[in-house]
Amino acid sequence: MSTNPAVGTSGAAALGARAYRSVGVGQRLREFVEREWVFSWLILTPPLLFLLCFLGYPFFYGVYLSFFRREVAGSPTYVGFGNFITLASDPIFWQSVGNTIKFTAAATVLKATGGLGMALVMNQNFRMKAITRALLLLPFIVPTVLSTVAWQWIYDPGLGLFNRLLVESGLMTKGVSWLGNPTMAMVSIIIVNTWRGLPFFGISILAGLQTIPVELHESATIDGASTWGRFRYVTLPSLLPVIFIVTTFSIILTFFDFQLVYVLTGGGPANTTHLMATYAYSLSVGVGQMGLGSAVALSMVPVLGLLLVLLTFYVRKD
Amino acid sequence: MVGELTWRKRLFGLWLPLGAFCVIALFPFTWMAATSLKTNAELYDPKANPLTIRHPSLVHYVSLLQETNFLTWVANTMMVAVVATGISLLLGTMLAYPLARMRFRGAPLLAIAVAVTYLVPQTLLFVPMADLIGRLKLGNTLSAVMLTYPTLLVPFIAWLLMGYFKTVPKELEEQALIDGASRWRAMTRVILPLCMPGFISAGIFAFTLAQNEFLYALLFLSRSDVRTVPIGVVGELIRGDAFYWGQLMAGALLGSVPVALIYSFFVKYYVAGLTAGAVKG
Repeated sequence: MSTNPAVGTSGAAALGARAYRSVGVGQRLREFVEREWVFSWLILTPPLLFLLCFLGYPFFYGVYLSFFRREVAGSPTYVGFGNFITLASDPIFWQSVGNTIKFTAAATVLKATGGLGMALVMNQNFRMKAITRALLLLPFIVPTVLSTVAWQWIYDPGLGLFNRLLVESGLMTKGVSWLGNPTMAMVSIIIVNTWRGLPFFGISILAGLQTIPVELHESATIDGASTWGRFRYVTLPSLLPVIFIVTTFSIILTFFDFQLVYVLTGGGPANTTHLMATYAYSLSVGVGQMGLGSAVALSMVPVLGLLLVLLTFYVRKD
Repeated sequence: MVGELTWRKRLFGLWLPLGAFCVIALFPFTWMAATSLKTNAELYDPKANPLTIRHPSLVHYVSLLQETNFLTWVANTMMVAVVATGISLLLGTMLAYPLARMRFRGAPLLAIAVAVTYLVPQTLLFVPMADLIGRLKLGNTLSAVMLTYPTLLVPFIAWLLMGYFKTVPKELEEQALIDGASRWRAMTRVILPLCMPGFISAGIFAFTLAQNEFLYALLFLSRSDVRTVPIGVVGELIRGDAFYWGQLMAGALLGSVPVALIYSFFVKYYVAGLTAGAVKG
């Protein structure tokens, strides 16, 4: 019997109830299930229900929560847009918005240019290329928290690698306060995010480079194009779609980053590295203000929406 | 002359930048390894050269395995990652197959919805999700993360698999149907077996993502014996005193090894999955 297990139970029930007409009903049921749309929805229903329960419901519940004020103990009270109004006059909220934008912009530019460089270097012939590619991707594979802990030790003011090297080589008499000073703390988290995300750009752009037909470069060379000219007018235009998509992805991931800052600085010193995600966490989990935390998280939706619209337009254009 | 020119071009265009990229990518790992192998006396001696190891010792590994729940965390992480990946592959396939190969009303809209959910970050969901898990009484159980990780993985897997499913010619399925097979049989016996590389790519990718997950684990798992490696390391190996870096680095390194090992066996598939979206899109 090759019946669809997804309808097994209803099929069996039907068979049991009208055993004397089982052939007719079973046959009709089978024909019904074989219709394209019926079959599709039978298969689609379980995963859609799952996503609805664990993705759709939390999302809308989060929207609902953002209209309530709820302290740790005590019942929630409806406050309308009160949480958003509170946020609008909260200097730390605006600081975290500014930090998130600075962090995302700087890290994305660094990753995109560095990744393009990595891809161009890797797009040459050399021995052990496959192993090199695998090694270069390691920062992206290793669990973020674990490599971030290593970075915390590298940044350690007294015995960390950076300050030991700076002081012992005589470049500086006193080490840098990598995570203790507001400007340097921001620079430090940008460095770690770039370190981790750069290979994603590099390897994706490399894959894009490998799809450019050799003939394009050959004919450009015959037409007298210089190395720069070939890069500018052949390589770069062919890579733009890849760079666009990878950059959009990366902006989304960076904008909503949480674990790196949570581990490295916890938002400090004095909130100068708080991102919107870590601020939402510290409000809802640290202080127990679920409604306010949800409101911070929801304030990121317009950015996500804008990026998604851009991406959809771009994909549609092709 | 020409030989010298290409030699120089090779040095500045390939070997030097390549070397720099490798050093940047790998030095944190070597620093991790070097730290974990030094005794505290050497580690905290300001006169010792930080780049060499004078007296290699496994003392931090021994204390990590004896004094903490590290092995439990590794087992938890593995179990969670395997179960979450399994559930996600099953649900992702059920989602991707009709969307990639069937015609029915609403299919294009649904495909866009899947792409959008793929890009919805968990940062948006963690507050209500914590509430939901609390009400389901799943706090401090591995089921909490086994159930929530697929919400991050299913849309991605579905998206990746749709690309693979579309590459199988329609005729194969039609032939199977003409031969009397049901749609279910055509799917499970004819089409899906041809998409093995897609399943491996999606599986490996989901597995590394599940190993990497931090926020949900941090929210849902606070008891030491149910923790996964990332939150165990951050929550219990970072302590107030100054003399913990050796053990911490040993934990970070050992925690990275399983992922790196599995990744190294399937690099090809991992890269295929990583670049599929960007290059095809």
